[in-house]
Amino acid sequence: MSGMVKSAYALEPERYELTAPPAYRFEVDRRGFVKFLGAGILVVCVFKDTTVAQESGGRSRGEALPREIGAWMHLGEDGRVTVFTGKVEVGQNIRTSLTQAVAEELRVTTTQIEMIMGDTKLTPFDMGTFGSRTTPTMNLQLRKVAAAAREVLIGLAAAQWNVDREHLVADAGKITDAATKRSIAYAALAKGRQLSETVAIDNSLVPAAQWTVAGQSLPRVDGRDFVTGKHRYPSDQKLPDMQHGKILRPAAFDASLASLDTKEAERIPSVSVVRDGSFVGVVAPTVETASRALAAIKAEWKSEPQPPNRELFEYLKKTPAEGDEPVEAVFDSGSSPQALAAADHHSQQTYTVSYIAHVPLEPRAAVAQWSGDELTVWTGTQRPFGVRGELSEAFRIPEDKVRVLMPDMGSGYGGKHTGETAIEAARLARAAKRPVKLVWTREEEFTWAYFRPAGVMEVSGGVQKDGTLTAWEFHNYNSGTAGIRTFYEIPNQSIRFHPARSPLRQGSYRALAATANHFARESFMDELAHSIGMDPLEFRLKNLKNERLRAVFEAAAQKFGWGRAKSATGQGFGMGGGYEKLGNVATCAEVAVDRKSGKAKVVRVVTAFECGAIVNPDNLRNQIAGSNIMGLGGALFEAIEFENGRILNGRLSKYRVPRFSDVPVLETVLLDRKDIPSAGAGECPIVGLAPAIGNAIFDATGVRLRSLPMVPAGLKIS
Amino acid sequence: MADVSRLNVNGSIRTIETDEEVSLLSVLRDQLDLTGTKYGCGEGACGACTVLVDGQWRRSCITPVGSVGEKKITTIEGLAEGEHLHPLQQAFLDEAAMQCAYCTSGMIMTAAALLKKKPNPSEAEIVEFMEGNVCRCGTYPRIVAAIAKGAKALRDSGMAAKESGR
Repeated sequence: MSGMVKSAYALEPERYELTAPPAYRFEVDRRGFVKFLGAGILVVCVFKDTTVAQESGGRSRGEALPREIGAWMHLGEDGRVTVFTGKVEVGQNIRTSLTQAVAEELRVTTTQIEMIMGDTKLTPFDMGTFGSRTTPTMNLQLRKVAAAAREVLIGLAAAQWNVDREHLVADAGKITDAATKRSIAYAALAKGRQLSETVAIDNSLVPAAQWTVAGQSLPRVDGRDFVTGKHRYPSDQKLPDMQHGKILRPAAFDASLASLDTKEAERIPSVSVVRDGSFVGVVAPTVETASRALAAIKAEWKSEPQPPNRELFEYLKKTPAEGDEPVEAVFDSGSSPQALAAADHHSQQTYTVSYIAHVPLEPRAAVAQWSGDELTVWTGTQRPFGVRGELSEAFRIPEDKVRVLMPDMGSGYGGKHTGETAIEAARLARAAKRPVKLVWTREEEFTWAYFRPAGVMEVSGGVQKDGTLTAWEFHNYNSGTAGIRTFYEIPNQSIRFHPARSPLRQGSYRALAATANHFARESFMDELAHSIGMDPLEFRLKNLKNERLRAVFEAAAQKFGWGRAKSATGQGFGMGGGYEKLGNVATCAEVAVDRKSGKAKVVRVVTAFECGAIVNPDNLRNQIAGSNIMGLGGALFEAIEFENGRILNGRLSKYRVPRFSDVPVLETVLLDRKDIPSAGAGECPIVGLAPAIGNAIFDATGVRLRSLPMVPAGLKIS
Repeated sequence: MADVSRLNVNGSIRTIETDEEVSLLSVLRDQLDLTGTKYGCGEGACGACTVLVDGQWRRSCITPVGSVGEKKITTIEGLAEGEHLHPLQQAFLDEAAMQCAYCTSGMIMTAAALLKKKPNPSEAEIVEFMEGNVCRCGTYPRIVAAIAKGAKALRDSGMAAKESGR
C-alpha cells in the first residue's frame, strides 16, 4: 500500500490521461455470457482501426482476445435490446445519446434498449470516459454494431421467407417485405436462437442528414429515477451485513507516521482497526462509530517544510520535475528571436493559473466485497478498467478475479480517474471479512484526490503595424500541453513545455491545460490587438485561416453584437476562443464592474460552438452551459490555498464554487456541421470563457488581469 | 446520550435505533435506506441533503436526529403521490434541469419549501432562495426555469393551496 502516495506524484497532466492499459487482460467467457443473456442474437463488434482500438479495445500486450472488441449488443427473444459498453455515465448524458444512436441504426424505440455500462465483467474493455471521446468513438461503434445487427435480422428474415434480402426493409422493430407487405418482429426472429455474430465494423451508416432519432433532443432515458431519488449512485450502494470504514489521513502531504496508538479505538465495541504499512483504517457497523474510532486514534506525523501557495509560481519555474526532460520542445518553425526583434511591435507577458479542485458533488465512494479471493467493488470512477488494474496490482491478484461496477455517478470532470477509495474499501473489507463501504468526506475529497495543475505561461509575440503576427514564443511551466499550440498563422514559433515538480497532487481536469493555455494565448492576443490599436475580432480574423474557427468567432460576434458602443459605465466586452478535443468554440462576455466596491459581475455570455454533426442539441446546450458555469469559478474565484502540505480551504464553506447568483445570461449558437463526424462537447466550451472575461474586464477598466482566478476577493483597481 | 426510536418520515412512523446527536442524514440513508437524500459537504453548505421538516427546508447533514422529535419529515422519496410526480419533479424532467443529478433531490426539496412560502416566486426570488444549493455541473439556468414551471403547475393544480393548508 505504500506505493499509493508515491504514485500520486507520478500523475501528470496530459500523459496522465493516456494511462497505459494493464499488462494483462483476460478473455470474457462468451458462452457463459450468452447464458446470462438468454436466447437471442448476440452481435460483437470488432474493429481494426488502431486509434479507436487504443481507447476501447486496448493495445495488445499479453492480449488474450484474438481481435479487438469495441462493444457488443444482444437482441433477446422478448425484443429487448441490451447494449454493452465500457463507457460510463457521469452526468454528460451519454446513456441517452448512445441509446439514441442504437435506436437510430437498429430502428427500434429507445425504450426497448437497455445500456449496460462500465461493468468490467460484462462490458468490453475501455480505457476510460474522458477526453471527450465517447461521441466520436463509442457513439460510432454502437452505431456500427446496431447497423450490423439490423443486417443480421434482414438476413434471417430473407432466409425464413426465402426471398432476396434486397426487398426487405427494417423499421419500427420489424422486417417488412416491400413486395408482399408481410412483416416479422425482431423478437420473433430472435426467438429460440443462440446466434452469435461477429461483425467487422465497416457497415453503411445512416448519414447525419437523414437521422431521425439521433440529432433530436431526446429526454434523458432514466430521468424519472433521478427526480424521485430512486437511482443509486456509488455512495448509495448497500450490501447485507455491510460495515462502514474510515481511513486515518496524514497530517500533511508526504508526512510519515512517527507514532501510532490505536488502543483506545480498539476498545470501542464492534470496532476493528486495520493497519498495513502506512495504511491505517477502522471498520465499524455504522459511520458514526467508525468516525468515533478514528478520532480515538492517536497519531503523530513527521513532515518536511513544503512551499505555500503564495510562492507557488516561482517554485514551479525553478523546480523541474524529477526524471523528466527539463524542457519539451512542442513546436518550432522559422526563427522566433529574429522575428521578434524585427517586428514593428513586440511584447512579453506572464500569465498564471492556480490549483483548483473538481468538487464533484458526490465525493469518492466505494463498496467492496470479497468472496474467497475474488473481489467485487462498486465505485465512482471514470476508468472502471483502470481501477480494476489498480486493485489487481494492490492485492496481487489477477484481473479476472476483480470486478468493478460503476453505477452512474455524481460527476467527475476528470477528477475521478483513480481508484484510491476502491483500494481502501477493499483493504478494509479483506480485514473485516465482510463488505465495507467507504465514502470520502468533503474534506478528504478536497485534500486526498488531486487538483487541476497550476501553471505559469510566458508569452512573447511580434506583430506588424497592419496586424500581421510574425513571431510567437510560448512557455508553459507545469500546467500541461493540451491546447498549447497556437491556431493563428504565425511563421516563426517556439513553443515549450517545462514539467515541474508539483507541490500538490495533480491530474486531469475538464479540458486539461487547454483552459490555461487558451487563457494566456487569448488574453495576449487581446493585448497585442490593443497595442496596435486594432479591434480584437479583426486582429484574430486577420491571422486565422481555419474555416471552422473563423465561423465560430464570426457567429459569436454576430450574436453578441460585437462592436456596439458601451451603454453604461463599468461595462466591458471581451472575447476568446479556440480549438480543443475536435470542437471549436468562441465566447463573448459582457461584464459590469462596480469601481466603488470592486465587484466584477459577468452579465452575459454568448458561446458559438461547433463539434461536427450534432447528436442531441438540447443536451449539447446543457453541456455548453455547464462548461461556462464551471469555467466561471476557475476564471473568477476558485483557488486552492495551501501551506506546508496542508490544504487551508478544503471545505465548501471556504472554497467558493459558482452558485445561482453568479450565473450570467447564457446564449448559445450551435453550428451543426452534418458533413463532419460528431465530436464530444464536455470540455472544449470551457476554454474560451476565462480570456473573454479577462478581456472584458480590461475593456471596462483598463486593468489587465493575468492570473486565474482573476477576482478572488473582488477587483482591486490600482 | 439519549436514544431516539421513532421518526415520522414520508407519512409513516418508522422505528429507528440511534443516538440523538446522529445526523438526520445518516439515519435516513443508513437506517431507513432513503438514499435519495445526499451527502455533499457535511456542513450545510451545498444543499444536497435538504429535506422538509414540517414543510420547512432543513439541511439534514447538520440536523441532529434528536432535534426533529415527532415533526413530519418529507424526503424526495415522499414527494410524489404514488405514481403521480410532484409538479416540481415533472418540471425538472421537462426542463432537463440536471446533468449528474446528484444535487437534484436537494434542489427539488429546497424549491418545494420555497413554493410553500411563495407560490409565485419571481426569478430573483428563486435565485435568492436557492443560493445555498450547489449544482457543480452548472445547470442553474434550467433549474430556475424548472422551479418557475413547477410553481405554475402547482398553482394551476390547486395543490399549492392544499399544501399550504397542511
